[in-house]
Amino acid sequence: MNTWTKVLRYEMRNVLRARALLGYGLFFLAATTGLVRMGGGVERVLPSLSNLILLTVPLVSLVVTTVFLYEGRAFNELLLSQPVGRKELFRGLFMGLTLPLAGVFVVGTGLPLLASGGFSTAAGPVALTLGSGIALTAVFVALGFLVAFSVKEAARGLGVALLVWLGLTVVYDGVVLLASHNLSAYPLETPMLAAMILNPVDLARMVSLMAVDASVLMGYTGAVFQDFFGGWTGIVIATAALAGWVLLPYLGALRRFGRMDL
Amino acid sequence: MTDARVLRDLGEHPVWIRMENISKRYGSRPVLTEVDVCFRPGRVTAVLGPNGAGKTTLLKMLLGLVRPDRGCITVGEKALDGDPAYRQEIGYMPQLPHFPDNLTGEELAAMLDDVRGFVGEPDESLTRAFDLGRELAKPFRNLSGGNRQKLNAALAFRYRSPVLILDEPTAGLDPVAARILKARVRRERDDGRTVLMTSHDLGHLEALADDVVFLLEGRVRFEGEVSRLLEITQQAELEGAIAAFLMEHGASGADGLEGVA
Repeated sequence: MNTWTKVLRYEMRNVLRARALLGYGLFFLAATTGLVRMGGGVERVLPSLSNLILLTVPLVSLVVTTVFLYEGRAFNELLLSQPVGRKELFRGLFMGLTLPLAGVFVVGTGLPLLASGGFSTAAGPVALTLGSGIALTAVFVALGFLVAFSVKEAARGLGVALLVWLGLTVVYDGVVLLASHNLSAYPLETPMLAAMILNPVDLARMVSLMAVDASVLMGYTGAVFQDFFGGWTGIVIATAALAGWVLLPYLGALRRFGRMDL
Repeated sequence: MTDARVLRDLGEHPVWIRMENISKRYGSRPVLTEVDVCFRPGRVTAVLGPNGAGKTTLLKMLLGLVRPDRGCITVGEKALDGDPAYRQEIGYMPQLPHFPDNLTGEELAAMLDDVRGFVGEPDESLTRAFDLGRELAKPFRNLSGGNRQKLNAALAFRYRSPVLILDEPTAGLDPVAARILKARVRRERDDGRTVLMTSHDLGHLEALADDVVFLLEGRVRFEGEVSRLLEITQQAELEGAIAAFLMEHGASGADGLEGVA
């Protein structure tokens, strides 16, 4: 077995034993069950669930990642004093955080949807909603790595992580809306498309809502995007952009980690 | 016992460690400047110096945790170049162990065996000598400070590595455990291992160290046998020697003794 898969196995075990992760799973289990009970039919539930995902998945992924990385610093040093390379450790840690976070999310949201028969009546939309949550998990774990390996001090790093979350989930949309309002005399399609691709939360929102045809809920950038690409082309492009959002922070963090003094 | 075999193996495979012309800065602050030292097999070398002298940085460099700005480090035949394989030769005992809270000692040991790709019988004699048995089943967070340090030591000696790097090994150990550990270090040295250690307790070091590397503001101020250091400073004990050394060369720019090293 590769060294990195060994690291992965132990990191996963360590992460899965954390109470925070159990809480995360139970939260989605309770929230999804509640939504399913209240709303009629899976298709009505998905937009609300999606909004919940877009807020909580980035927050929890970022915070859990940064906390684990700062807390695990001394232990990672111990691993690196064994015949373990930095790249291998990095990959093991990344997957070791992403897989449990995504897994707990899928189980928490998936079980109630499965019980309500969502997978048979609306398999596509359900899959896209869960997929957007998984993608957001990977993106924000990668961003968490970038933060944790760029900011030395744990308290400051956690602060930066919260700012990243606030910026991408709340502030960004506000700024875009403000800009579009003030510049409404100009053609804005292209800048709006750019604005959307530059924000992973917008991309995930688009993917999950396009499937249920709820463009009203997409926000300004999403509406423009759907208008422009529509249907599957849009989903493919958004998925590619999300992959970029995982890859760029991942590579940036790996570069930093490979060079830093521990 | 397998000791005889181990001794023979090491006899064929002693590991020298050389640091040549090593310099390192953190930002604008120099931590190590033109460090040129050699750590010999079959010797315990104490790395000494006041806080901030660069002791930990030096040890971390040998482990690849800190990269030198300039200079070359060789462990055995291998010049350090980012390939982690050479660390197979090193048993490391970090200062203040901080293992994952949720893992038990047994899992931790199994994990290190696994990560190192270690096959065969690990050396658990220190675990037994410390009477750690029952503690190994507890999660790390439930271990007392002393037992954490015992576990830390047991893991460092587990693989019969030809090189042992011990950062403050006796800190937090009760006198009985410290005695066991010191006896063990002596045995490892006699088996031909290369042992490096730091300690704030000069008494412990004096009883163990054969050689001293004395660092001051990132420069090597003395390198050689303990007896030689005592002779130069005309002191009977290491503590007195270090104090005399510091007084003579401490605050104002020290030179003069470099010729001795």
